[in-house]
Amino acid sequence: MASDLSDLYQEILLEHNRRPRNFRTLEDPTHHADGFNPLCGDEISLQLRVDEQTVGDVGFQGHGCAISRASASLLTQAVKGASISDAIAMFDEFHRMLTEPDADLNYDVLGDLEMLAGVIAYPTRIKCAILAWHTLKAAMDGEDIATTE
Amino acid sequence: MTATNGDPHGSSYGALTADDVARIRMDFPVLDQLINGKPLVYLDNAATTQKPRPVIDAISNYYLHNNANVHRGVHTLSQRATDDYEVGREAIRRFINAPDSSEIIYVRGTTEGLNLVASSYGRKFFKAGDEVIITGMEHHSNIVPWQILGKEIGIRLRVIPFTDQGELLMDEYESMLNERTRLVSVVHQSNALGTINPVSSIVEMAHARGIPVMIDAAQSIPHMPVDVQAMGADFLTFSGHKMYGPTGIGVLWGRADLLNEMPPYQSGGEMIRSVTYEETIYNVIPHKFEAGTPDIAGAIGLGAAVEYLEAIGMDRIAAYEQALMRYGAERLAEIEGVRLIGTAENRGGVLSFYMESAHAHDIGTILDAEGIAVRTGHHCAQPVMARYEIPATVRASLSFYNTTEEIDALIKGIDRVIEVFG
Repeated sequence: MASDLSDLYQEILLEHNRRPRNFRTLEDPTHHADGFNPLCGDEISLQLRVDEQTVGDVGFQGHGCAISRASASLLTQAVKGASISDAIAMFDEFHRMLTEPDADLNYDVLGDLEMLAGVIAYPTRIKCAILAWHTLKAAMDGEDIATTE
Repeated sequence: MTATNGDPHGSSYGALTADDVARIRMDFPVLDQLINGKPLVYLDNAATTQKPRPVIDAISNYYLHNNANVHRGVHTLSQRATDDYEVGREAIRRFINAPDSSEIIYVRGTTEGLNLVASSYGRKFFKAGDEVIITGMEHHSNIVPWQILGKEIGIRLRVIPFTDQGELLMDEYESMLNERTRLVSVVHQSNALGTINPVSSIVEMAHARGIPVMIDAAQSIPHMPVDVQAMGADFLTFSGHKMYGPTGIGVLWGRADLLNEMPPYQSGGEMIRSVTYEETIYNVIPHKFEAGTPDIAGAIGLGAAVEYLEAIGMDRIAAYEQALMRYGAERLAEIEGVRLIGTAENRGGVLSFYMESAHAHDIGTILDAEGIAVRTGHHCAQPVMARYEIPATVRASLSFYNTTEEIDALIKGIDRVIEVFG
């Protein structure tokens, strides 16, 4: 089942874990949600500032494993400056990448998020990678809480 | 150690030898396989243990030859099933040295044992303002039932704190005991820390004030001799699947005089003596608490597990696992960046640790790639994690079928974690 570990723990992913981007609190967020993975205790708090259907700024706080932390860091890079509809398209494509083996993926939409593709070989870790994205969706839908369950 | 006659846990000839363990491993078919191309190293025994061939055979023999409902039919198969089911009960009585087999109640596991006492004993005997004492190192299953009862009838939960090493502050415990205390419910061996709590002293101090004591023995009974009379407990509960038996079956033992005073926990078949639309007369213990068709195969499998453990000898198991745990703790202590969580002087085969450089789940994934199975997370003991201000630990939990070579494999696996995470 598990493929080579280096497919999962790529150097760039480990670098995002060590030095996550946008790991901060926003001063004037318009949207906010907290995400929990009750199975492992991972917690993430995500804030967005949306101006005219565009994500002007985004930041996150919290703790979790390398996969969940790097995924949150990559998320903030991907959605910053994107329109809401583009962010939703990224969520959908990212979700497909981790849940549908051999899916015909749109790599233009995914961009750097592709580096988490290896997680699909580790079913117990998919929730770690997807937590930040569920939290983003909850924030955009006006819900306060997202969980992986 | 010297051999003792009449020891309910089997004769002791000192700890198991490497040859003994090699032979024992052949009884566990599941251990002989490759995981991700590496020999399986199963170190998740506190979550569930593997099953030896005699347990698997007893279950399969029941379904192949004797399957029928118990305590119901006059036909031969029903008689055979009933006999085997009750033989299991007697084996368990002997194993924990209970006075009478009618005090052995089959439940689904430790969680149900605790819930049964909270629900039946608690609802009958507790009132608003009463107190229940637990320790700060309980599994969630010995916290939540009391909280639910607390909301319902207004009881207060008192929690015995513990030191950084993971040892209970017994003075604090003593000062908590008062005229409002209705029950002390404590874990014998902590699943997250490995601490073996001084249950005899806990019982003695409670009994001096006439307070009954319940013991959660889920993590102790697979690993050491447990004698309910020597301990002096009033209730004791454990799970079959953590002691080499099947899932879905466990035991609540209680003193007969207490069980007799308690109302049924669930109602239906088996638990009644007679029913009319006006009145139901309940059956005697243990049947009063065993409503519905029970897990017959599970009880038979658990009986076989008990006999398997007795044949090896619980004191030999304890001595061997103790030596293995000390070896593992020494090896882990040599690794820079690894912090052992739970270093009580008296503790069982649990190696729970934390690394600043890597999260427990990442460690678990890397170890799995090396064929090593450990538990990662909060171990259903979030207050314990909060006590140490950490989100999760990696827990390697030992069995008598584990070897020093497997501990060495774990250490090598951690080296691999350090390679990836620095």
